[in-house]
Amino acid sequence: MIENRPFLTAMAHLVLIIGVFVVAFPLWLTFVAASHDAARMSELPLPIWPGTHFFENLDVVLNDGLWGGDGSGVSYMLVNSMIMAMMIAIGKIVISLMSAFAIVYFRFPFRMGFFWMIFLTLMLPVEVRILPTFEVVANLGMLDTYWGLTVPLIASATATFMFRQVFLTVPDELLEAARIDGAGPIRFFIDILIPMSRTNIAALFVILFIYGWNQYLWPLLVTTDQDMYTIVMQIGRMLEAGESVPQWHLVMMTTLLSVLPPVAVVVFMQRLFVQGLTETEK
Amino acid sequence: MLKRVHFGPSALPYLLVLPQILVTVIFFMWPASQALYQSLLVEDPFGLSSKFVWFENFEDLFADPLYWGSFQRTFFFSFLVASLSMGSALLLAVMADRVVKGSGLYRTLLIWPYAVAPAAAGALWFFMFNPTLGILPYILQFMGYDWNHKVNGNEAMALVIFAAAWKQIAYNFLFFLAGLHSIPKSLIEAAAIDGAGPARRFVSIVFPLLSPTTFFLLVINVVYAFFETFGIVDAITSGGPANSTQILVYKVYNDGFVGLDLGGSAAQSVILMGIVIGLTVIQFKFVEKKVSYND
Repeated sequence: MIENRPFLTAMAHLVLIIGVFVVAFPLWLTFVAASHDAARMSELPLPIWPGTHFFENLDVVLNDGLWGGDGSGVSYMLVNSMIMAMMIAIGKIVISLMSAFAIVYFRFPFRMGFFWMIFLTLMLPVEVRILPTFEVVANLGMLDTYWGLTVPLIASATATFMFRQVFLTVPDELLEAARIDGAGPIRFFIDILIPMSRTNIAALFVILFIYGWNQYLWPLLVTTDQDMYTIVMQIGRMLEAGESVPQWHLVMMTTLLSVLPPVAVVVFMQRLFVQGLTETEK
Repeated sequence: MLKRVHFGPSALPYLLVLPQILVTVIFFMWPASQALYQSLLVEDPFGLSSKFVWFENFEDLFADPLYWGSFQRTFFFSFLVASLSMGSALLLAVMADRVVKGSGLYRTLLIWPYAVAPAAAGALWFFMFNPTLGILPYILQFMGYDWNHKVNGNEAMALVIFAAAWKQIAYNFLFFLAGLHSIPKSLIEAAAIDGAGPARRFVSIVFPLLSPTTFFLLVINVVYAFFETFGIVDAITSGGPANSTQILVYKVYNDGFVGLDLGGSAAQSVILMGIVIGLTVIQFKFVEKKVSYND
């Protein structure tokens, strides 16, 4: 604070409060819609204050699904999303840790060749090469499996870069000391390097979990078996169905369920989230 | 690059990079080269035979007014998403930088949309603007405006832009806030002593010093608008009405998986790859030359 200007400070608070209100309004409406029954959700104007049917709707969505659906709820989709997000996050972290370790700590032929190969993947988001990637996954028989959902997404140049950066700041004396104590490469990697980068790993995990959970196009392509659907892709399907039979309270409850886990991660692990965001993008 | 103290050659480093390289080759390089190859082929509708046609697919694309329309739409869309979301994020970040009390709370309340899936963001905005039941069309109707984004292409585009910009505010806000924190306080204080008010200080000192952040965010936002908004478009409009929200990424998907035009879709993929590579190069050049004001 440079000078004391109460009026400007009050203005700043006002702008921020309006900003928070505008940003939160869509989610508030979703919550409100999820807490009313079907009758209230089909008469104009729609409510802007919560109703009393929240837990009833929650139960219906988790266990029964939409009317006119096949009678199965979305709870298994939450499980699928969780498995997918975890596999993507952990897979990316493990393979990136390993390759960054190899590139920073070993001298071997084609070292830079491998580095550039990984670098190139940074440039190609899955949306750009969907059709051929889909064909590869289909030919490998990985459609409708967790492997097909996750493995094509786990190569990541960003994570490798970040760990490379982290490893480069580790003092050389540590490796010398470890060697004198008789530690080999694997021992050094597991007992010294990984514990030293655990905050970076945690920060990256937060970002990658959100990334994995929010995947939409890829699950849409590789799953045809309903048992493999994820909660996020269910939203798109419900919006199409929601137009014919008005059951907005259930559609919005599903949306709410798909939004809450990653939002909770951001809110409760805010420090790690901010660290992860700034580290991976710079 | 390499540590001064390092391990000698052995099979171990190869084993360590193997998983990453395998995934890269199988799911990135092979499909990318397939896209390149397929973009030079024409396949008959039943997928029985294919013919090598050099650059005919690309010529067809560039001769196709629908493709040019999609191109223009994508630029228009990303320009508006970037400016809308960066503008409001900058305003909020400047305000949050000013307040002392409650700044942590404001930050928490502003950053959560980052975690909302694009498809879910689409659903939130779709519901709010639903032509028959939505709250905003209901209010607009009292002002004599009849909102229906299922019929009106401009309204559909506006809605997709709102949803995409809304989701990106959180990201821009965090980076602008970090940029504002890194501006040396002594500069601001010196300007204040010289009699510059808050507005003057923002225009002459803060905004110019933020330009590296602004440029970085511009690239990131364009990449976001180009490639990560598929879920938003699919949930809200599915590219309609009458292709009015069909951006390039959506068209690749639509032509490939719905229209089954493999060669055309592959040619579009190749063009998109070119755009991604161009944007990444710009981004890296910028990161190299990044200016630091603290030295």
